[in-house]
Amino acid sequence: MQAFVIWKSVPDTVEELPVRGDGGSLDRETLRFTLGDADEHALEQALLLKERHGGKVHLVTLDAPEIDHAIYTALAKGADTAVKIAIDQTVLGTAAIARVVASFLTATPGRMTADTLLLPGSQAIDDLEGELGAFLSEAVALPYLGVVCGVTLVGGQVLATKEFAGGVRGEFEVPLPAVLGIQSAERPPRYVPVAKVRAVMKSARIDSVELPVPSPAAALPVTRMYKPPATGRAQMIDGSAGDIAVRLADILHERNLI
Amino acid sequence: MGAAILVLVEHHRGAIAGITGEMLAAARDLARALHGSVEAVLLGCDVAPLASRLGPADRVWVLDDPIAATPSAELTLAVLQAQLARHPAAIILLGGTNVSFGLGARLSARTHLPFVNFCQNVRVEAGTVICTSRLFGGKILADVHLPTSQGILSITPGSFSAVAGDGETPSVVESIPVPSYPTAVVFKRLIEPAAGDIDITKQAILVSVGRGIQDASNLPLAEELARALRGALSASRPVVDQGWLPLTRQVGKSGMTVKPKLYLALGISGAPEHLEGMKDATLIVAINTDPKAPIFDLAHFGATVDCLELIEALSATVRERIAAG
Repeated sequence: MQAFVIWKSVPDTVEELPVRGDGGSLDRETLRFTLGDADEHALEQALLLKERHGGKVHLVTLDAPEIDHAIYTALAKGADTAVKIAIDQTVLGTAAIARVVASFLTATPGRMTADTLLLPGSQAIDDLEGELGAFLSEAVALPYLGVVCGVTLVGGQVLATKEFAGGVRGEFEVPLPAVLGIQSAERPPRYVPVAKVRAVMKSARIDSVELPVPSPAAALPVTRMYKPPATGRAQMIDGSAGDIAVRLADILHERNLI
Repeated sequence: MGAAILVLVEHHRGAIAGITGEMLAAARDLARALHGSVEAVLLGCDVAPLASRLGPADRVWVLDDPIAATPSAELTLAVLQAQLARHPAAIILLGGTNVSFGLGARLSARTHLPFVNFCQNVRVEAGTVICTSRLFGGKILADVHLPTSQGILSITPGSFSAVAGDGETPSVVESIPVPSYPTAVVFKRLIEPAAGDIDITKQAILVSVGRGIQDASNLPLAEELARALRGALSASRPVVDQGWLPLTRQVGKSGMTVKPKLYLALGISGAPEHLEGMKDATLIVAINTDPKAPIFDLAHFGATVDCLELIEALSATVRERIAAG
């Protein structure tokens, strides 16, 4: 099995998300970037499949701030190869990112084999135009399933579990090669010690690939970005934890909840 | 008749899903502003009777066939493409649900219509369709103008009043044939959530933990608080993904939809997917160190204290109050 894990960096929402003066985009200069949870799970699912069935795990991503450290961490966890496409991902919409990844995958004949699985994260917090996996599947003309939370290889195909609602899941048979948008791996993403990452940084290599910058960069004209208006905000309770506990107990008592 | 607004109907176990009512309500408003019609597309097996429950639609297109008895994105896409080829629509509304996940982007790639994800508002201003989407875990809104007033929109559940889309007015019903479509992805079976755990949808009080709980070793503290309140412990997605609590305790889009009398959100930021599952709780109290956390937009009461400190203090206070009668 050849698993290509496709990563997409997103702004770190723990930090401030300042809107640029033009009002139509975030100020990328001051943003911190990170990976979405689903992307971490996509790597974990690929590593689990490799442990069970053999094969290789290849990481593919475009350039983004602080991505190198994340790539080395993936290599330390067990990814076999890593490719960084030398295009700034943070200026592209998701559809354009998918086109770049598709052109990388199809540029070299034989790169995608009959047992290839493309594993992007199922969804990202900035997927305004749509999901990477969905666009990618159309660009490379492969079967697609999203919101996947479990993958088993059976012969030449996979049994993939997709989340619906209310804890209900569906099991689907998907022939290889295919694109599976991973929502969560069957196990939490593994931990790797910092020392191991540092060692990998000295020994491993990130392959850099040059490709043309896609046009248009984004499919959708965003005319305005803004913080949600603070209507209906919670009535905030100040003080120490003890003060707040007393006030909350009063509120619960007034409502016959205790 | 002007522009058609196409709505992909979602239904579950013989009933129209709430998101369908929301989409029909949004479609009616759009049709009014654009002088167009609302056209619903209904796929499934033995679903024809449901057409009469789609009153706000001017017309219901029905594919009622055993082949549509199980979920197939490929069939749905083929039906929508064929429908658009025969009867071009200005706007296509899809549910922002796991059922319809991925359809919008794929249809956009095939039709070159723009796709707008995470829509919580759609309106027409000076003849232009404007969508508002909630991005970055709910922290930023984005307005997108559809230059030709054509596009595919994914509607976030809870954004429109489903009541406005409810109704039993008879509609014009027309059959559509089964198109040819690739059958590469094959549905095998539904997997129900494991039985045996408590049912959080039936609890009057939920103490719900998120990333702010930091570590599995802190869960007993939250369980203790839940016991003191005579409630149960639930969680947001990251806690379940870490394997700290089972899926049966997950609140949100892929998990359970709950409506308790009290929802105490501890260390939960309030991503839209989570809010979708608990927004109708009678009383929502949120504790989070980030004063800008979206959960505070929904909560009735909030505090920006460390949730672990609050858990211990509140457990003790509640026990004292109960002991004092």
